[in-house]
Formats: sequence, C-alpha cells, structure tokens
Amino acid sequence: MNIEIKHLARMEGHANLVVDTLNGELKECRLEIVESPRFFEVMLKGRHYSDVAPIAARICGVCSVSHTLASLAATENALGVKVSAQAQGLRRLLSYGENLQSHLLHLYFMAVPDYLGVPSLLPLAKTRRDLVARALRLKKVANDLVRIVGGRPVHPVTPRVGGFSALPAAQDLKELRRRLVAALADLEETVAMFASFAVPEMARDTEYLSLAADQGYPGLGERMVSSDGIDAPVADFADILTEYFKPYANAKFARASRDTLMVGPLARFRNASDKLSPMAKKVAAVLRLDAATTNPYHGNLARLTEVVHFFEEAIHLIDTLLLKGIRAESIWVPPGGGRGAGAVEAPRGTLFHAYTYDADGRISAANCIIPTAQNLGNIEADLRALVPQLLHLPQEEITLQLEMLIRAYDPCISCSTHLVKVEYV
Amino acid sequence: MKPRVGFFDFTCCEGCQLTILNLEDEFLELLELVEIVEFREIMTGQAAALDIAFVEGSIASPEEAARLQRIRERSRTLVALGACADNAGVNALSHFCPPDELGRSAYGRVVEGIEQRLPRPLECFVQVDARVPGCPIDGQEFLGLLQALLVGRTPELPAYAVCVECKLGEYPCTFEHGTVCLGPVTRAGCNALCLAAGDRCRGCRGLVDNPRSQPYRQILEQHGLTVEDILAEFRIFNLPPEKS
Ligand code: SF4
Ligand code: SF4
Repeated sequence: MNIEIKHLARMEGHANLVVDTLNGELKECRLEIVESPRFFEVMLKGRHYSDVAPIAARICGVCSVSHTLASLAATENALGVKVSAQAQGLRRLLSYGENLQSHLLHLYFMAVPDYLGVPSLLPLAKTRRDLVARALRLKKVANDLVRIVGGRPVHPVTPRVGGFSALPAAQDLKELRRRLVAALADLEETVAMFASFAVPEMARDTEYLSLAADQGYPGLGERMVSSDGIDAPVADFADILTEYFKPYANAKFARASRDTLMVGPLARFRNASDKLSPMAKKVAAVLRLDAATTNPYHGNLARLTEVVHFFEEAIHLIDTLLLKGIRAESIWVPPGGGRGAGAVEAPRGTLFHAYTYDADGRISAANCIIPTAQNLGNIEADLRALVPQLLHLPQEEITLQLEMLIRAYDPCISCSTHLVKVEYV
Repeated sequence: MKPRVGFFDFTCCEGCQLTILNLEDEFLELLELVEIVEFREIMTGQAAALDIAFVEGSIASPEEAARLQRIRERSRTLVALGACADNAGVNALSHFCPPDELGRSAYGRVVEGIEQRLPRPLECFVQVDARVPGCPIDGQEFLGLLQALLVGRTPELPAYAVCVECKLGEYPCTFEHGTVCLGPVTRAGCNALCLAAGDRCRGCRGLVDNPRSQPYRQILEQHGLTVEDILAEFRIFNLPPEKS
C-alpha cells in the first residue's frame, strides 16, 4: 500500500505525507515540507531594534502576535529594557486573544469538518447555519480582542520595544468584556459538540515541554519545564533544545531530553492542568481529558479547554486593568547592545527568539526556534506508531485518521520554513 | 451560476487569507455571491476552472512558478493578494542578504544559484489582472475589489499617499520627533493605520503613483531627506524594480 497526500489541506502551510507499506510492514513514513524557506534569521541581520518585531511578525500570519511578543522580549532582554506591569498585562491579554483566534479557527475550520465528514465548513453555511454563524461569532470576539489591544487582528502595530505605542481605551475594554461574557453561551455549545465527537484512540508517551506555570497557566515567562525534568531559564534554550536533521526528511527537527518532544496545548495541559481557570477545569472533565493522557488526538480537546480558560482569564485581566486605570507611560530604551532571549506560549507551543545587538542597536545574530520544529519529530513518531495499527482498515479510513492526527498538532508549516532544509535537484 | 473563486498561497505567512477569513460579518454574505471552490487552508479539493483566482505569496522556486502558471491557465482573472504577491513584501529583504549565508541558514550549506530561488512578485511570472496591496491586505478593500470584479468594473486603488490620510486623521507627524516615515510616498488606503497606532509607516502598501510630483515632497526636504533616502527605507516591504 502506498499513500501519498500532496499539499495536505486544512492546515497552515504546505506539506506532503508519504506512507509506504509492504506485506503489512511500514517501509516509509514521512512528512515532507515543501514550502520554500523565507530566510528570516538572515533577513533580520542589520535591522534596527525598532523594526525587528514588525519584520519577525511576518514569519507567520496566524501567530504574528506570538512572534511579536517573543521578539520584543528577546530585544528587551538584550538591551536591558524594563517593561511596566501594565504593559505586561496588556501583552498577556493580547496573547490570550491570539491563542483564541488560532484555536477557534483550528477547531471549527480545520477539525470540525473531519468529525462531521465534510470537506470544509463552507457547504454547511446553508444546512448548519447555526454552527457556522457560531464559529464566526466566536472568532470575531477573539479578533476584536487582538484589534483593540494590538491595533489590527493580524500583524499587531501597537506593541513596541519597552511597552506600547498606543493604549486601548477603557470604554473599548469594557465593551470587549461584555462581549467575552456574552460569548460564554456559544462556548457551552461548542463544548457540548466536541464532547459528542468520537476521538480516535491512541497512546504514545513523549516528553512534554512548556514554559513554567509559576505565575499561572503557561503564557509569557522566563523559565521552561518538561515532563522529563527540565527546569531552566529560557535564556538557555539553545543548550537544551538540540536541532538536528534526518537524512530522509529534509526538515530541521528539535528535541530535548529524549528522541521526541511535544509542545502546544496538550503539553501545556499536561504540565499545568492544575493552573486552569475553574470553568476550564470543568470543561476538561466534561471532555474526559486527563492530565496523564498520552493520546495526541487529545490535542483538540486540550485546545478547547484552553479556549475556555483564555476567555475566563481575559475577563479577569480586563477587570484588573480597568480597576488600576489605563495610564500613558513613557518608554526609555538604554543605548548600547547586548544578547537576549525571549519565549512565549504560541498557539502551537513554546516559541523562542534570541538576538545579539551591536552598540548601534542593530542585530548581528538572530535565532528562532518555532513550535512546529519541536513537534515535527513527534508527529512522525506518532504516525509510525499508528500506521501498523490501522492497516486492517480501508485506505480512505487510514488516510483520514493520519490526516486527523497531523491536524491535531495544527502544524504551522509556513512558519517553520525558515528552519527547513530542502535538497535541490 | 455563481462566479467560481479560488484562494491560493505561495511563499508567505498566510496573513492575507486569514484577513479574508476574518471578515466574519460579511463572510456568510460572500458565500451567497460567489462559490468558493478552492481554499486549501480551510477545505479539501480542487477545481478545474475558476472565474477569479486570488493568489497570496511570492514565487520562490521553479516549482512554484509552474504551479502559478497552471493556476493562471485555468483562471479568467488573477488577483495578487497582499504585499508578498504584489511586490515581494518582507520577503524582498532576502535580495539584500549575502547569498552564501542564505543558503547556510536554510539548507545548511552554500547553495549554487540561490538568487534564482529568491522570492519574487507574481508579475515576474504571469499576467496579473488586479491587486490588493498591503501586509496584510485590508479586508474592506478586498471586498471593494471583489465587488468591482463582480459587476465588471475595473478596480481602482487610491492614487494619493498615506500622508493624506494621516493629515485627515490629525495624527502627529512622526518627522516632528525625528522618525523617518514612509507615509509621503506610500499608496493610501489603510487609513494611516500604523500612524493611528502611534507607529510609523513602513510602506507595506507599495509606492504611490508618481511619488516625485506630489506636494508632500516638501515635507521630506524640510527634514533634510530626499526621495531617494526614503526609497532606500522602502526595502522592508518592497522589491525594487532592478532586483525583480
Ligand atoms: S503580504 Fe504580509 S500578511 Fe500577506 S502573506 Fe505576505 S507577509 Fe503575510
Ligand atoms: S501606515 Fe504604512 S505600513 Fe502601516 S498599514 Fe498603512 S501603508 Fe502599511
């Protein structure tokens, strides 16, 4: 049997899946990354610190907020810039917004069609208008959150080195809060829908890595932890994550303590389920999601649990910000250069940026490790473990289950391309 | 029959497609007006012929050029969606990097002829019938263009600069505090979004028609800058003609 899916659909970026078996034995199983590289680490060289985050944001449209925030943290750590508590709060809010945007898009537009057996959500606009309208309503709240705090739903414009160039109006935050609360009914229906789906069974243990949960559920932070015992400052990430190549795969992978590594919603849930909001904890229980799960298909359930968590946390965070009052603040950037790293929990997992600046505030070296590079090895290992168990099924069913597995990671290929190796002929 | 529309992406961040998916309020209406027959990011399947192909991203390899060619052949109208497709976008920066270093960063070794694999706008390979500028595009501008195409009108872009929108918005001029802004030479249509957010314009919408003959040239001269100084800054989002 030979399965070859060119340009996997309903995911971000371009990849092919090749599975080849002979007499019930797996001969070949690889995820080929076919997108062209975009050379961001080289393109950033020589750029002034004020242009770095806006350029880095363009690594990925879906995760532009995360790239902006990781980039700013790396620059601020390199230059020795202090960021106020208010700015930290607004950045956290922005990060909730992006995780919501991405998770909701994934759950409704990429995952739901698999469970309903349709090629996309679009034909349902007539037959299941309630469902499509609900998806759009939820997504809109998330987009408006990013727009109100970040100035634009994709590629934010207000975050800058040291803080924000413009602050949200209290009135807009109040209105946003009202809408976040009003959306809870839609969330309830979403949870009920996912609880009714039959999630494929599978078990494969791996190393689960995320930022530390010492200030609540992993989000922005300076420490990283893993299920295999890693507990280290983010600044050391390049020593902890080993980037490597597989001769057949043409793609750059990353691992930590053992051969494979998982980052993202399921890894965060595994490492910090006790730090979830009260409502999110209930949702996890309804979805029968257990902190000891090793089923990668549970990625979607963890994603949905996080959606509820981010809604609830965003409401509380807005209350805190409004109570203190949003105040204009002056930003000071010390002259001179230095080295620094920054990390955030992007929708697909822990994202690292590290820069070296010269005395004029221009980058002389840049390094980014994105979540999908860390997950790629794990996706392949899962596929290898799964294929032999599926061989008795019809080929369409195998294909669907493999595609669903890849989609459960929501791999972000266009983002990973600047780290990818493709051999030329 | 409803016009058959497809969305395609090449080397890019997919932020422009996302902006279309973010048109929540208008999205269901849009589905009434056109039939979306291809959109890999959110659907499985392919279509034989298309009335309008919206193409996002730059072209960065012979394989991509061939795929673009095939899309062109089966589409009546082809629209460049966003800065990457229109003028190479941020990808353009790679044209100013040492080629050996580019090869090593992405492939782990020096790559022969990597210049041929640097991202270029669609126009270098096929005929482009219309374009939506910006990084990312503006959702409303996209809808306006689609409307024009659906009623058979030629879509038009603003012929004045972002500077005009900035003045109308009464934002403080960034030149006043010594920050170079590309508003004077950048095509309007974003409502000076970055200026409204307290930032500067980095020229993501490309060059306005005739940047030299406009009165705002004065602003540059007052601050000791020439049009050429400003155009050098333009590299962040635009591939200069001599490189394409
Ligand atoms: S133009 Fe900008 S937003 Fe659009 S695909 Fe290119 S980088 Fe992304
Ligand atoms: S102000 Fe300039 S950089 Fe900002 S969106 Fe408009 S054209 Fe693009």
